[in-house]
Amino acid sequence: MTRIRFIIEKEFKQIFRNAVLLRMMLAAPVLQLILLAYAANFEVKNLNIVVVDQDHTTYAQRLVGKFRHIDNFRLKGYVPAYKPAYRELLASRADLILLIPPHFERDLGKENRASIQLLVNAIDGSKAGIASGYAQTIIRNFNDEIRTETVAVQQPATGGRLEIENQYWYNPRLEYKTFMVPGILFELLILVGGMIAALNIVREKEIGTQEQLNVTPIRKHEFILGKLTPFVIIGLVQFTMGLLVGIFLFQIPVVGSVPLMYGFAFLFLLLCVGLGLLISAISETQQQAMFAVFFCLVLFILLSGLFSSTENMPTWAQYLNTLNPLRYIIEVGRNVMLKGSTFRDMQSQFVALLLMAVALISLASWRYRKTV
Amino acid sequence: MDKAVITNKLTKKFGDFVATNEITFDVAQGEIFGFLGANGAGKTTAIRMLCGLLKPTSGDARIAGFDVYRQTEQIKQVIGYMSQKFSLYEDLTVRENIRFYGGIYGLNRADLKAKSDQIIEQLNLGSVADKLVASLPLGWKQRLAFSVALVHNPRIVFLDEPTGGVDPITRRQFWDMIYEAADRGTTIFVTTHYMDEAEYCNRVSIMVDGRIKALDTPSGLKRSFGTDSMDGVFQILARGTSTK
Repeated sequence: MTRIRFIIEKEFKQIFRNAVLLRMMLAAPVLQLILLAYAANFEVKNLNIVVVDQDHTTYAQRLVGKFRHIDNFRLKGYVPAYKPAYRELLASRADLILLIPPHFERDLGKENRASIQLLVNAIDGSKAGIASGYAQTIIRNFNDEIRTETVAVQQPATGGRLEIENQYWYNPRLEYKTFMVPGILFELLILVGGMIAALNIVREKEIGTQEQLNVTPIRKHEFILGKLTPFVIIGLVQFTMGLLVGIFLFQIPVVGSVPLMYGFAFLFLLLCVGLGLLISAISETQQQAMFAVFFCLVLFILLSGLFSSTENMPTWAQYLNTLNPLRYIIEVGRNVMLKGSTFRDMQSQFVALLLMAVALISLASWRYRKTV
Repeated sequence: MDKAVITNKLTKKFGDFVATNEITFDVAQGEIFGFLGANGAGKTTAIRMLCGLLKPTSGDARIAGFDVYRQTEQIKQVIGYMSQKFSLYEDLTVRENIRFYGGIYGLNRADLKAKSDQIIEQLNLGSVADKLVASLPLGWKQRLAFSVALVHNPRIVFLDEPTGGVDPITRRQFWDMIYEAADRGTTIFVTTHYMDEAEYCNRVSIMVDGRIKALDTPSGLKRSFGTDSMDGVFQILARGTSTK
């Protein structure tokens, strides 16, 4: 037991002496939180729209005017024909082309139907979907207006009309930051827990102190616990800082229990450090360890539901995701923080995280050898 | 139990390559045993097996009576080890390094304090005791590493090329420390490439291509090979082989 104390003491001395690393460990996450929460944004704004108006009538102008008045669109200008409009699209100067064919107004008035064409740059699929959604709403709106104007004279009461009113729970103003911050808060713990812990041990291998430790009577569990503890503590400090930034800078509501969140943060940190220890046990150099951690990190983040909904992923990816610790902890973060979910609600996530933490730490201790 | 090290046909193979080939020798308690050989002769592999860092492929060895296969943890309590690689923490101070390794070996608070003071006094490091080890000259670091390897008063200490890259005066000082430790009854098992250092040993073994080719006192070796220096003995043995 006392051996563990000596290891922890030594680790903290080394960490506090490495001022650059310490600052990076504590400042970088806060900076990333601020940057990511503001920049990683799905709201589609500033859609550049180019109009090809071949009708030149009041109706056509009214339709274009509608786009002009919506904040999300920015009218880049008119071009005379399809060809130059297409060129704008190719050069990425336009996200959307609205093509109003000749006789638009005449057809609409006479035959009560007219077609317009909408071309959307769909390289970014989700952005394109949202953009065309916006555009369709505007066109439908315009359509309704024209109809009421023309039809209202003959038929005043158009009968019952269904109004759909949306109510967004737990994030009533659809704030993107509210959605992102709890996720990023936990994602950042992998950096300290996983990366720094893995590199720390591999570094001891590289400089030869690991071999020196291996000729001492130190026991496996003493070594593992001694290495684990400092990083879990630093991780919790980092978590606290992130949480404070979230609450005071982003005004993220913390509806659920704070102790519950710390409990989960602790569990998740154990898991991360376990992963780091396992990686350090199988790596000989810091390069190898760095690559392994980075590989896991990117995979975890992409599949985690941090940026895209996990429910929309293909089935195989969803199966793969049952092994993704980040996914569970992000679910926990969002549900507990924003919705006030209790431990009872988060039981399955708890079990999954606990199993993974135990598995990783056991694997790491099994793989850690005092012989070579 | 007066033998510190006993080996019998101790062998280590890495695939087809036989790094140490059936080496058999013993070392008496309190002896300074020189373990010589060219680079790649298998010295480091042998030392690592004796320290419990490497599992032998076949053969037997006992360190202070403990078996190298089954009792590695007991062995680790009674040996000290100083590898070719410098193995103190450069980002800890002199005092912190002593404290850490002492603590790992289970010294209590009072012993740690006494031991630190003793080492710092003995090595004359009083002025730099709270400086980072990184700032010390190499020779000082090596002597400190040796003292740290002895922090738990081991019965045997394994030194793998402890004086590599160190100037002659510091080497001399280092050997004074080795003699002092031997006088206190510690067995010294040392590898070196310096033939003058081989002369300081009680007995010397010379390894060539994984085998022990000669084992005797320095004077005995010189006599039987008919030369007047250890260098001569080494040349004869090393030239006889592996000039592929």
